[in-house]
Amino acid sequence: MDQKTLRQVEKHCIQEEAPACRSACPLHVDARTFVLQVGKGRWNDAWKTLNKTLPFPGILGRICDHPCEDSCLRSTLGGGIRMGELERTCVNQPKPRIRVIPMPKKSERMAVVGEGLSSLVAALELLRKGYDVTLFSSQDKLGGSLWEVPDTTLPKDILEQELGILGTLGLKVENKKMGQGLLVPLLEEFSAVYLGLDSPNGARMAQGGKPSDKTFALGNDGVFGGGACDDHGRLSPVNQAFQGRAAALSMERFTQKVGLVEGRQDEGPYPTRLFTNIEDIEPLPEVLPGNGEKGYTIDEARAEAQRCIQCQCLECLKVCPYLDYFKGYPKRYAREIYNNAAIVMGNHAANLMVNTCSLCGLCQEICPENFPMADLCLDARRDLVERKKMPPSAHEFALQDMAFSNSESFMLARHAPDKETSRFAFFPGCQLSGSNPEHVIQTYSFLRNNWAEDTGLMLQCCAAPAHWSGNEAKTREAISLLEENWQKMGEPRMILACSSCLDMFRRYLPNIDVISLWQVMDQCELPVDAAKPVGTTMAIHDPCTSRHEPQLQDAARSLAVKLGICIEELEFSREKTECCGFGGLMENANPTLAEKQLERRTAESDLDYLAYCAMCRESLKGAGKRTAHLLDFIFPQGSVGPDPAARVKTGLSDSRENRARLKRDLLDQVWNQAAEAGTESMLHISPEVQAKLDQRRILHSDIRETIAHAEETGRKMESRESGHFLASHRPFMVTFWVEYSLAENGYHIYNSYCHRMQIMGGNA
Amino acid sequence: MITNLGIEENKEWKCLSCDALLKLDKVRIDYMNGSFTVELPCCPECGMVLVPEEIALGKMLEVEKLLEDK
Ligand code: SF4
Ligand code: SF4
Ligand code: SF4
Ligand SMILES: [Zn+2]
Repeated sequence: MDQKTLRQVEKHCIQEEAPACRSACPLHVDARTFVLQVGKGRWNDAWKTLNKTLPFPGILGRICDHPCEDSCLRSTLGGGIRMGELERTCVNQPKPRIRVIPMPKKSERMAVVGEGLSSLVAALELLRKGYDVTLFSSQDKLGGSLWEVPDTTLPKDILEQELGILGTLGLKVENKKMGQGLLVPLLEEFSAVYLGLDSPNGARMAQGGKPSDKTFALGNDGVFGGGACDDHGRLSPVNQAFQGRAAALSMERFTQKVGLVEGRQDEGPYPTRLFTNIEDIEPLPEVLPGNGEKGYTIDEARAEAQRCIQCQCLECLKVCPYLDYFKGYPKRYAREIYNNAAIVMGNHAANLMVNTCSLCGLCQEICPENFPMADLCLDARRDLVERKKMPPSAHEFALQDMAFSNSESFMLARHAPDKETSRFAFFPGCQLSGSNPEHVIQTYSFLRNNWAEDTGLMLQCCAAPAHWSGNEAKTREAISLLEENWQKMGEPRMILACSSCLDMFRRYLPNIDVISLWQVMDQCELPVDAAKPVGTTMAIHDPCTSRHEPQLQDAARSLAVKLGICIEELEFSREKTECCGFGGLMENANPTLAEKQLERRTAESDLDYLAYCAMCRESLKGAGKRTAHLLDFIFPQGSVGPDPAARVKTGLSDSRENRARLKRDLLDQVWNQAAEAGTESMLHISPEVQAKLDQRRILHSDIRETIAHAEETGRKMESRESGHFLASHRPFMVTFWVEYSLAENGYHIYNSYCHRMQIMGGNA
Repeated sequence: MITNLGIEENKEWKCLSCDALLKLDKVRIDYMNGSFTVELPCCPECGMVLVPEEIALGKMLEVEKLLEDK
């Protein structure tokens, strides 16, 4: 990802945009922070927040005409936050000491004509920038109409005190009546001139000229102006201040001979892009000052401030435990991922973040701007793989599992028995085959009997693990293998049992005609001996890879209804469905987060869940949720049992052994090619130890290899207490340790663990 | 460089072929581009090394993760 792409991606997350109050304020006071501080009674901090953006906070804080209040998101929920009153209450509190760092003095001289508020702000801004400023006034004191504000609103001593800063900063004042004729001499003497239209001198010199929007230029020669009444003949203090400030910036730019207009779109009031969900916000009535004129008491102000919604987006964090976990939001994550990729040496702190996303796409669905978090993570993974920086432990197991599925142990491509061609081919995928091989056999014969006699069978992996891991080379390899076998089969229409396979075909093999198993079954008569759990209500769980496959989702529901199941929709279903924690190899790279994801999903309903993806069923079941698979009802015979939702999760070793057995059984039962029975030694493993093995991703084949190696070489240890043996073996990138003893027809396994570091030998 | 994994002398396991008790000794372990010397129980005769479970799943795993993110 380059800088430019980063900027483009970042733009999709509007979390950092200003809340409505701030964007409606011509001066962009950080009202959200201010109100938060007031709500907490942190008056000094609130003062400092005002002081950051408000010129003469003691004045404007008392007389601002608060256009922000109309834009406040509270407006329709009890009334906009009363910013004007809150600011007044704040500036009535003692002013904290605020350090000001003076700018280095500049030699250019600036002229400000007029003593009205806009001129005073322009002068203040220019002084703060370090210019030498002279103000021309025809009145005997600065402030103009400010002196007419009633004392109850703006006490005279405060006004005087606030204006005192101009003198402190070195403002020169010339008492002089100005007219049009004096403009040319002014321009000769000064670098730029400001005409305050809210003063007699300024108005006279401007002669009815209207300053342009944004830059407040009056012509092209360095004359600027502002502070005029609005179209209704009213003076708005906050706009006077804003125009004085904007003109001062233009004067600086003019003097520095840089463009006047560039990058000023967001100056002054503008509609914000920030999205804030107010659906669940309860209306709260405004707090009114108990004693009218005098304004809020401190407690009233705090109560009013606490009505603030603290507007922000974070919609995606509400639905994704992963996004929530890393303590930021997508815009920040994009930057972290970008920086992560830029590091050559040092700690790649964002690796785990990049690898944890389940690539489920829910956030993008929820996001008002469709931020593409999944694409971002996938791209980052591809980049890590390419630069050989991908942590091997993240996806290695899944990639090896894929290699197993694409080996002779599982892979198969056959026409139906006695058929020379295939119009269709059933593609069950790895997960269903590993989870319930009987269902694959039953489904395959169902399809031949009820859908099309010339339905062939293809067993192999769809390359999803490689795709998810960001390994493009391995993805291409597995995809070619798939395409090759499909061509050998005569390019049949593929019947897919798994929506992840469907997603892979759509992405990488769009020319292959595919249909989901559920759509096919929905067009057939269901088997007469299907279980009909009539009246059972279940909550249907859509796999995340079916998000944009409404027809598939409809077919699954239609089948469930035909089986007599009452379907309840989860709050997050169909295009808003949630991942089971397996997608994107989340569970491989970050089991803890996958658990959190499942916790959220399983808590959404007390009903049993109905899954139609084998992996979803396994994951949900693994998290302790009673979950059945659609096929459990269609083919209830065999090992499913009378309560399919209770069937235990299939372990990793079992999944592999199931796949290998499936191929043998199919060849035997469907094609009459009985394989020679293997003579594998028995492993006796207690359920507790087996759970440990699954959690550590240690397979029976790893254990067998390790024992075989130990028995062959005699290199093993013996416990002086139990007499158990302990042996290790490193077939590839991982060293396995197995604690075992001999049994009559095999071995007892007591423990097994593994590590990736390699022992290079003793006496180093 | 980590030398002390906090392992105590191991009295449970003996090397079967040498019939010898294991003794703590310095061992080099490698991963990715990192190399460390640590003390682990070894057979004093043939040098066979024991990595106890708590080390494999504790300290070693931590170091593996660190090296993977380098
Ligand atoms: S939903 Fe998330 S990604 Fe989208 S704008 Fe909001 S915070 Fe940003
Ligand atoms: S609710 Fe609070 S943050 Fe939102 S617009 Fe109103 S004042 Fe600003
Ligand atoms: S896990 Fe899903 S919802 Fe969460 S960030 Fe990744 S794609 Fe978005
Ligand atoms: Zn030995």
